[in-house]
Amino acid sequence: MTTTVTPSTESGIASTRKNLIDIDDLTREEILEILDSAEGMLEIASRDVRKTPALRGKTIITMFFENSTRTRVSFEQAGKILGADVINVTASASSVSKGESLLNTVKTLQAMQVDALVVRHPHSGAPYFIAKHADAAVVNAGDGTHAHPTQSLLDLFTVHQHVGDLAGKKVALAGDILYSRVARSDIHAFQKLGAEVSIACPNTLLPNEWKPGTRLDESSGFGGVNIAKSVDEAVDGADVVMALRIQKERQDAGHLPSMREYSDRWGINSKRMALANSDALLMHPGPMNEGVEISTDVAHGAQSVVEEQVMNGVAVRMAVLYTLCAPGRSSRLNGSSDEVA
Amino acid sequence: MTNKRKLAVTGGRVIDPGQGIDKTADVLIVDGKIEDIVDAGGSYADYEIIDATGKVVTPGFVDLHTHLREPGQEWKETIATGTQAAAQGGFTTVCAMPNTDPVQDSASVIEDVLRKANSEGAVRVLTIGAITVGQQGKQLSPMGELADAGVIGFSDDGNPVNDANLMRQALAYSVDLGLPIINHAEDKKIRGNGVMAAGEVATRLGLAGAPAEAETAMVARDLHLADLTGAQLHVPHISTIGSLVALRSAKECGVNVTAEVTPHHITLSDRWVYGERGDVPEVVGLDAYDTNTKVNPPLRNVSDRDAMVEGLAEGLIDIIRPTTRPTLRPTKYVLMTRRHMGSTFSRLRLRKSLRTRPETSSD
Repeated sequence: MTTTVTPSTESGIASTRKNLIDIDDLTREEILEILDSAEGMLEIASRDVRKTPALRGKTIITMFFENSTRTRVSFEQAGKILGADVINVTASASSVSKGESLLNTVKTLQAMQVDALVVRHPHSGAPYFIAKHADAAVVNAGDGTHAHPTQSLLDLFTVHQHVGDLAGKKVALAGDILYSRVARSDIHAFQKLGAEVSIACPNTLLPNEWKPGTRLDESSGFGGVNIAKSVDEAVDGADVVMALRIQKERQDAGHLPSMREYSDRWGINSKRMALANSDALLMHPGPMNEGVEISTDVAHGAQSVVEEQVMNGVAVRMAVLYTLCAPGRSSRLNGSSDEVA
Repeated sequence: MTNKRKLAVTGGRVIDPGQGIDKTADVLIVDGKIEDIVDAGGSYADYEIIDATGKVVTPGFVDLHTHLREPGQEWKETIATGTQAAAQGGFTTVCAMPNTDPVQDSASVIEDVLRKANSEGAVRVLTIGAITVGQQGKQLSPMGELADAGVIGFSDDGNPVNDANLMRQALAYSVDLGLPIINHAEDKKIRGNGVMAAGEVATRLGLAGAPAEAETAMVARDLHLADLTGAQLHVPHISTIGSLVALRSAKECGVNVTAEVTPHHITLSDRWVYGERGDVPEVVGLDAYDTNTKVNPPLRNVSDRDAMVEGLAEGLIDIIRPTTRPTLRPTKYVLMTRRHMGSTFSRLRLRKSLRTRPETSSD
């Protein structure tokens, strides 16, 4: 395999390809390649002795400037199964408050010859900032209300395992769109694989310029998304139903009258799941507020793949880390479009 | 005394709206005072010559909204350094905003600033007094005392007078003094956590957006209150189509109002936050989240920007005014959400503004 960097026809991609910052950065072929790789990783992660030397001698640092259980642990586990040394750095909010210290942190870690930086940050755009100042591969583990690419890759992987080709499949996202990095990345991800995405949420949790009953045009960066007038409309005939987490702060900030009203009008429950296709998958990026955006019975029901999502998260993150860090493979993605074509 | 300094600025396009001059001419200056403006092409043997061919020669500019930071924050800026920077940018008069420490809400502070300006200032300094005590929005400042001390208007700078009735009283009280009120045109509740203009760019970047209505609502309220009281209102830094519409209808109704726009709101849009010099990228790149674009009011949508240019050409907007907020904080190495609001466009402002205007007059 050639490791020659093939300049992409799309401007800017080649320069960001050493990183995974958002899904909009990847082509359909690259996504499929990662999913393909995750398939093999899932097999490795399911073995009795879960250890391969693939990334032996590589150093991965996870920098979590925001609380997380599943994402942080799954990145750590992914790195360790692949044989990498994984160092976890958590930063208290106070030390991030001065932007300069983030820069200094990055420079300090950089000086230790790190291969990959996995970053979770409460502020949108932080991984771009870090990628600009670091030589290491940067993996966005969730930035503010902007993007969460590995979450959407694992969502794709989970759906892909159940339904195969996503082309023409109907995906419904219900919940807090305005503040959701998962929603933004999932929209890009599902659309790149040809699925049709509908979203549903109260108007107060929708960006100002997005209007219920319309389809977004290309200039929005999310062209083709159908904005449903109700959750029933979005879920109707869906192959995938994704409930997004609703935070209590939204009520306090005046976005919602009450959790009770939200649950009643926008929550995913068995009645609403009955509107979807009979074999529709129910997903949630976690952590769930059972009884609010998702009722307990469906959350743990036959259609729920929530727990699979967690396990798949490890496999997908193994695939991402391997793709970006493996010896001689650091520029592999650059040529992938040509190979597939 | 015998060696008078004589200076000839030759061959430039001399523009002085005050005298109705717009022609290629030579400006003759003796000891710092303009002696004559004559047809270009003369020879001035004992003059020092500045060749201004291909350049514009104008009277010194007036900066309506300047933060000199003195008294109280001299580590950021002083009256001496602020006025020197102004002189470098072509500004010969600056209006000092009241957000000093202590606030310019009493005659003693105003007198202190004017005294300092007199001895250390490189250009003329005028002062703007606070509308309310301590800019707190609770109680009117001694506006009469401030007027006597020489302020040229009242403003709480970045703090809007949120209490509509207090704003009404301030406007009414100012009528006797014959001085304008400048109210920060922003409803901070509507803006919320917004760090840029609401819209497609903010949504795509996952940054909290401030709706244009945060400005429009405040401008509309103030225009109605100016109408009610007959006071003179100056609307600072307008940037939205809605503000322009409200302004047009107020002016048509005879409300005593003037308005200003900043150079960046007639030249840049929220698309600049992508870091692609105003282009919309296929994929968000590493130059996105450009903190140099974080200003307040935020860079608005393209349609707002274009409307500002039209509003200026139409004469609805009276003034272009620069905006700088001297600060020591480094702006390059912080995140969009953390950076202080404020423009770093000071050196560019004049050139930007001038470049925009001919485009509008050509159609």
